[in-house]
Amino acid sequence: MNDRDLSLNGAVLTALPSGALWWQAQNLLCVSDLHLGKAERHARRGGSPLPPYEIRDTLDRLRSDLDETRAQTVICLGDSFDDLQAAQALPEDARQTILALQSGRRWIWIEGNHDPGPLDIGGEHCWELPLGPLVFRHIAEPDGMGEISGHYHPKVALGSQSRPAFLLDSRRLILPAYGTYTGGLRSTNKVLSGLMGPDAVAILTGKRPHRLPMPR
Amino acid sequence: MTRLPPQISDWFASKGWTIHPHQQDMLDRASDPATLLIAPTGGGKTMSGFLPTLADLCADPHEGLHTLYISPLKALAADIKRNLRTPVDEIGLPIRIDDRTGDTPASRKKRQRADPPHILLTTPESLALLTSYDDAHRTFAGLKRVVIDEIHALAESKRGDQLMLALARLQALCPDLRRVGLSATVDDPQAIARYMSTAHTPCALVQADPGPPPDIRMLETDDPPPWAGGGAAYSIPAVLEQIKAHKTTLIFHNTRAQAEIFFHNLWLANEDALPIGIHHGSLDRVQRERVEAAMVRGDLRAIVCTGSLDLGIDWGDVDLVIQIGAPKNVKRLVQRIGRANHRYNAPSKALLVPANRFEVLECRAALDAVRAGDLDGDPRGAGPRDVLCQHILIAACSGPFEADALYQQMINAGPYADLDRQEFEDCLEFCATGGYALRAYDQWQRLQQRPDGLWQLRDPRAAQRIRMNLGTIQDRDLLKVRMKHSRGGKPLGEVEEAFAATLTPGDTFLIGGRVVRYEGLREMTVEVSRRADKKPKIAVFSGTKFATSTKLCDRILHLLRQGDWSALPGHTGDWLDLQSRMSKLPERDRLLIETFPHHAREHVCVYGFAGRNAQQTLGLLLTKRMEEEGLRPLGFVATDYATLIWGLDRLTDPAPLFNVDALKDGLEGWLAGNAVMKRTFRDCATIAGLIERNLPSARKSGRQATFSSDILYDTLRKYDPEHLLLQITRAQALGGLVDFGRIEDMLHRIEDRIDLLRLDRISPFAAPLLLEVGKVPIKGEGAEDLMAREALALMQASGLQNLAT
Repeated sequence: MNDRDLSLNGAVLTALPSGALWWQAQNLLCVSDLHLGKAERHARRGGSPLPPYEIRDTLDRLRSDLDETRAQTVICLGDSFDDLQAAQALPEDARQTILALQSGRRWIWIEGNHDPGPLDIGGEHCWELPLGPLVFRHIAEPDGMGEISGHYHPKVALGSQSRPAFLLDSRRLILPAYGTYTGGLRSTNKVLSGLMGPDAVAILTGKRPHRLPMPR
Repeated sequence: MTRLPPQISDWFASKGWTIHPHQQDMLDRASDPATLLIAPTGGGKTMSGFLPTLADLCADPHEGLHTLYISPLKALAADIKRNLRTPVDEIGLPIRIDDRTGDTPASRKKRQRADPPHILLTTPESLALLTSYDDAHRTFAGLKRVVIDEIHALAESKRGDQLMLALARLQALCPDLRRVGLSATVDDPQAIARYMSTAHTPCALVQADPGPPPDIRMLETDDPPPWAGGGAAYSIPAVLEQIKAHKTTLIFHNTRAQAEIFFHNLWLANEDALPIGIHHGSLDRVQRERVEAAMVRGDLRAIVCTGSLDLGIDWGDVDLVIQIGAPKNVKRLVQRIGRANHRYNAPSKALLVPANRFEVLECRAALDAVRAGDLDGDPRGAGPRDVLCQHILIAACSGPFEADALYQQMINAGPYADLDRQEFEDCLEFCATGGYALRAYDQWQRLQQRPDGLWQLRDPRAAQRIRMNLGTIQDRDLLKVRMKHSRGGKPLGEVEEAFAATLTPGDTFLIGGRVVRYEGLREMTVEVSRRADKKPKIAVFSGTKFATSTKLCDRILHLLRQGDWSALPGHTGDWLDLQSRMSKLPERDRLLIETFPHHAREHVCVYGFAGRNAQQTLGLLLTKRMEEEGLRPLGFVATDYATLIWGLDRLTDPAPLFNVDALKDGLEGWLAGNAVMKRTFRDCATIAGLIERNLPSARKSGRQATFSSDILYDTLRKYDPEHLLLQITRAQALGGLVDFGRIEDMLHRIEDRIDLLRLDRISPFAAPLLLEVGKVPIKGEGAEDLMAREALALMQASGLQNLAT
């Protein structure tokens, strides 16, 4: 085990610097809350035209994690698209990129609150996925066990910096948001401190995997 | 000579008043297209602006809006409404006067649009909002005059640029509109005249008698000022004596935090319980208004304040102004001094209190400059383009527009007279599609061109979002502070979110002159209680830190070169002598650099005298260069005069570090991650309409739904480095917070005349810098090491280290 490794319900997992989760034993990469198409949805609803590069940036980072890990299975843990219409309006080059990333691997889209329905783009689609000792779903459930989830975009402050972070206790792991245009929720928020047990730790994303007791 | 109508001259006579020469001047020029009046405080400036209006309305009854009055302060608009009402009623004129600001109820605002008063008193933001409605042409029909009060203050900021664009629009609606600007004493009146004129209407200048020179000195105290810091606590006994000896004293501070600390200390020393108040922009409005009212009644003997009292409102019987801390800028000092003694033709009385030893020099230099009438001012460049983008969006809200007509209108605004067509097209493109290198949003453009060539909002509902985000004043992320109570406690004011994040329950801080205890964060409000049992942290307020002006820095260097300390207090002269014995005094055309070991670290002190912002930038650039050279810098601190850097290795050859081109390269690269750039970007992107602070359905707990503007900045830099907003950001940061221009000037001036002095210990000039706050750590591998150490310590302390995870 190195600094990035953690264990949950008997499974040994790795928290990658990018915010992705790597499960070596299953050759599986899990990412949460990509929010692809956020800029498009914003403009569609009468908001300002945000820089339209967030899909490219998110997919570039995902590609580099896949190149690095050579994962055989990919789980997108929900809110992969900012809404279903954004998924349909995906630019052709982004669609091609996703299809290329999917080729030769098992790809699972888990539903999130932003994308609660089947997607017209390769891969399997499900509400939640049990796998060995773990279960993958978008939003953590109070009595979850061995549960991997996303949804909250957790963020933790250490020293003068605040970064997206993994939150881990003996029952569950919450992933940081992977998408480029995503904000974060401090672990001190009562939703998160209520969900996570007293033994919870936070593992920061970024070059070095700083690990600390989860600030509450 | 234009005569006043008898009703008005009779009223003057009944009061025993005669009209001031400059008031007569303004009356004579009533039909000039634009006039700028420069007059000291108390010179009946506002009346000068309104006399032509009153005379006109007296002679000719008018339907609808006749005169628009614009002030930088909401409170000033309300105050003028009261002060104008009295003479208008006494003269017996049937004139309707009303004000319109952010505080005006919506129902009254609506009425004003349909049935405007004769005289409307408003602010630049409210005016911009008024022009964004499709009935603007009806509201402003028949408008004859516009009076811009305190134009010198507006002309220094984007608020003025926005105002000039709005006036260009009004001028197109009402071609005969006459403009009047009212200004305090400034260094370059012609620049303001150009600012408020249009291509077709040159602006005439009227100078009122400036009055007698002020009575201004440095405060003499028994204790010398300390070596560093900005609190000036040492001066409290002497300041109290001055308060006792005068009727009402205004005590100005450069920052809100300093005002809080000073007020706290003053209150502790106030054994006679003199009535003293505090006033600054972060205090709750109700609290401020209470202080203002007490001041007008003459109930207060002193008010500790900041720039929030720089302008406007007539403050009863102020007979002394005290400036705590070096004034940084001669022009602002002169304007502040003018706040004392509102009687025309009586000298204003003011005292300067240096907060530390270096500031003694600066205060001395400032006194000389005031006596010589040598004001400073940085020439303002062309109007910034983020304001232009907002103006295009405002125009779109009011209805479909023709690009060509809008461009013609814009170049009729002083600050944008030199705008070229391509720059305008770029802004229009940004407003329509975002202006990205990657074409996107064809379907969801914000503005679209109709078949007839006119531009309009694609989604009319966007108008509401644009109006909600209008304005150029940038609020930092502020949180309200309230007393903790079962049903919403008393509001005290605001603190920065970043400051609130450093608080843990039980911590105490100062706000509104009292120490409060942090209880917790509830939604977006900081809850506090009165239980204060610890030494207070100081609330961090967002007030701008001004850099000492180029002119003052030059005067200080001149003072040092003279070698005659007779005009300075003895303690300061001794200090200068010591520095010249142990090291050397800085000179204007050379760059003094000292290196010395101190507390097991190598130190480098660079005396650039380029002002705080430039010295800060120099610190960032030099430490970056030193890191590249393997000198392992650990941190630095900057003041207006010098930058002190500490690290592990000794600097032996400074010349390569000071190469302008290499520094510029550093600037370009360093631009990427620097917080100053990101902050500037956030401001520009918000004004230009890319970032929306206010949304129609603001979700209270929706924090995770928003993401920081830093992400947009990083994304643009990576994929679209030549994007308009990055160009705007670079231009503004270089001239503003980064202030690279002053570094270039300094390097240009010294050429290769660098004096590197190796000392065996810290020098008398460098020692105060070690005591300065605001040290900047260098975030490299070292910072990561520190984070790792802290995380480990927390894991060990919590016992979690031993749990299997």
